Amino acid sequence: MQILVTGLLLGGTYALIALGLTLQYGVARIMNLANGETLVAACFVAFWLFTVVEVNPLIGMLAIAPIAVALNWLIYAGLLQPLVRRARNRGMLEVDTILATFGLLFLFQGLMLLGFGGGYFSYKFLAEPFLILGDSYGLNRVVAFIAAASIAALLYLFLYFTRYGTAIRAVAVDPTSAQLVAIDVPRMAGFAFALGGALTACGGTLLSTFYTFNASMGVVFTMKALIIVIMGGVGDVRGATIAALILGVAETTVASLIDPGLTLATNYALFILVLLFRPQGILGRASA
Amino acid sequence: MLRRTFNSLMVSVALFSLGAGAAIAEETLKVGVSASKTGPLTAGATAVYWPNMQLWVHDVNQKGGIKVGEKLLKVELVEYDDKSGPEEAVKNIQRLATVDKVDFIVAPYTTGINLAAAPLIARYGYPQLIATGNANELETFVKRWPNSFWLLGKASDMSTGVVGTLKTLRDKGQIGNKVALAHVGEAFGLEMIQSAKPAFKTAGFDIVYETSYPIGTQDLAPIISGAKAAKADAFVAFSYPPDTFALTEQAQIQGLNVDAFYVGVGGALSGYAKRFAKQAEGVLAMGGINPADRAYKDYRERHKQVTGQEPDYWASPVVYASLQILQQAIEKVGSKDRAAVTKAISSGTFDTVIGKVSFNNNMLGRVWTVGQWNNGVLQGVNGLGVDGANAPIKKPAWN
Repeated sequence: MQILVTGLLLGGTYALIALGLTLQYGVARIMNLANGETLVAACFVAFWLFTVVEVNPLIGMLAIAPIAVALNWLIYAGLLQPLVRRARNRGMLEVDTILATFGLLFLFQGLMLLGFGGGYFSYKFLAEPFLILGDSYGLNRVVAFIAAASIAALLYLFLYFTRYGTAIRAVAVDPTSAQLVAIDVPRMAGFAFALGGALTACGGTLLSTFYTFNASMGVVFTMKALIIVIMGGVGDVRGATIAALILGVAETTVASLIDPGLTLATNYALFILVLLFRPQGILGRASA
Repeated sequence: MLRRTFNSLMVSVALFSLGAGAAIAEETLKVGVSASKTGPLTAGATAVYWPNMQLWVHDVNQKGGIKVGEKLLKVELVEYDDKSGPEEAVKNIQRLATVDKVDFIVAPYTTGINLAAAPLIARYGYPQLIATGNANELETFVKRWPNSFWLLGKASDMSTGVVGTLKTLRDKGQIGNKVALAHVGEAFGLEMIQSAKPAFKTAGFDIVYETSYPIGTQDLAPIISGAKAAKADAFVAFSYPPDTFALTEQAQIQGLNVDAFYVGVGGALSGYAKRFAKQAEGVLAMGGINPADRAYKDYRERHKQVTGQEPDYWASPVVYASLQILQQAIEKVGSKDRAAVTKAISSGTFDTVIGKVSFNNNMLGRVWTVGQWNNGVLQGVNGLGVDGANAPIKKPAWN
């Protein structure tokens, strides 16, 4: 039981890391390699808010999310839209955006190194025991899990039960045909990219309450997010959430019952299995 | 019009470079530094390495410079980023030696990069004072590269240090016999565990739980539950900074109340005490210092003033001491002759922020191995040839 709860909590953390990228890659079709840097940047902002201005990270998120939406929108409009316009097909767009966001990665990392230096940062927030069925877990992780679950649920409701959300899904499935039914594809894609950035930033804010981070750590998170997004099925929020939970539980089970040294191996073994038997992802649809 | 602007630009560039040339013409002591400013090692280097370069140059130049024979030479630092990789480090050292033609080179940051750079540094005849690395088999290494000096002791000194401390506690009847071991699955962790395990067995300890974890993992709840389930009396982790923090927090959350709790790299950072405050009390960590020592106290004060950040309780003062040793050896020899300076380092005694030190077979005889947090200060409790070590105490329960 303890293994399951620990695993689910870890899965929640992974979901936080990956949900933003799902939207950005699945809908806006931008393979954002600077995803991890967005997350770390949010960690820094949350750290700064908490230690200097003494703002609770959960409240800080209310400020961080809209700022992230605005900044990501600007990035999309200024940097990525020209690439989208000139791309002749999806493959070309992918190559171009990977190169562009690869550059962004270094720009963001450099800015963070400049602003905060290269040292380790961490602060203490809700690092208290929280009892579930007699075992204690970190309250900050429980809060992060609940937040991840609510974000995923809200996102699901939004995507599947609103007009705007349906339009976003239509873009994810087929951007060309979506135009035929009067969906403003560029605007939708921009919105999805901005929303994805905001989700990533929220994830970073929550992560900063229990992770020790530094300016050069973003790529670790990007890797994790990438694995989860591809495992879940590109652009499918439910798939990404399920993939994150599976990874969390699997890693914790192996770590507890076999050896903690094998968590990374478990991670990649699952990834390979999914790629072998369901290359389109757990809930992904096979491409025509 | 454009041409005229261009011409005047050229003239001003020429004038400017002339001026700069005149400024450079003043003789300086050029010291080359190559260490991590980007990449995964940056965090450590920012904590214990770079601030000491800044402080040392500040200290030396404020006094007018280093006395080389009759002349007082200011220090001019040439800095390069090794991007946390040995390949880049080797390129940088090559450049420092051949293009910048620096007079001396500061040893790079971390064991791995020092090992990689040693042959090149030796080829150009620079002394290499390694203050941020340790390894086993140092005797063989020193025989091969006699210009390398080791200031942090052997890896086995560090790992057996904690065994000694736990033995002291057990013989006093303060802790039991059961030890849980964890280490990061990387060169450092493996080297430590290799020497620690036999030492624990020889000392009669019972290893009830043992595990490794991949570098970079911060989700370590299963390790703490494992140690708890094994009913260990002492928890020992040869960890790196992010996991050092994660293990400490997780141990509190799960209420792993062992009588001795030891963490590796990162446990000596001032940030550790800041983060955990009262909870850090009684935690054992790799490193240590005699915090009451005047030289260290002064150093700590200046470090804070000049660099705006606090030094740690382990490698920071040693890095600074390595620079002081270089400086004093140059002054003793009275020239920039590298071979003579290397010789002076190996035979001399130096007055540094870690006390009066000398090398025995190119290894520093004074090495702190274990410290214990006591009122926000990491007080050394074990070491080789050190004075001012406190007796270790049983760790109070997390509160």
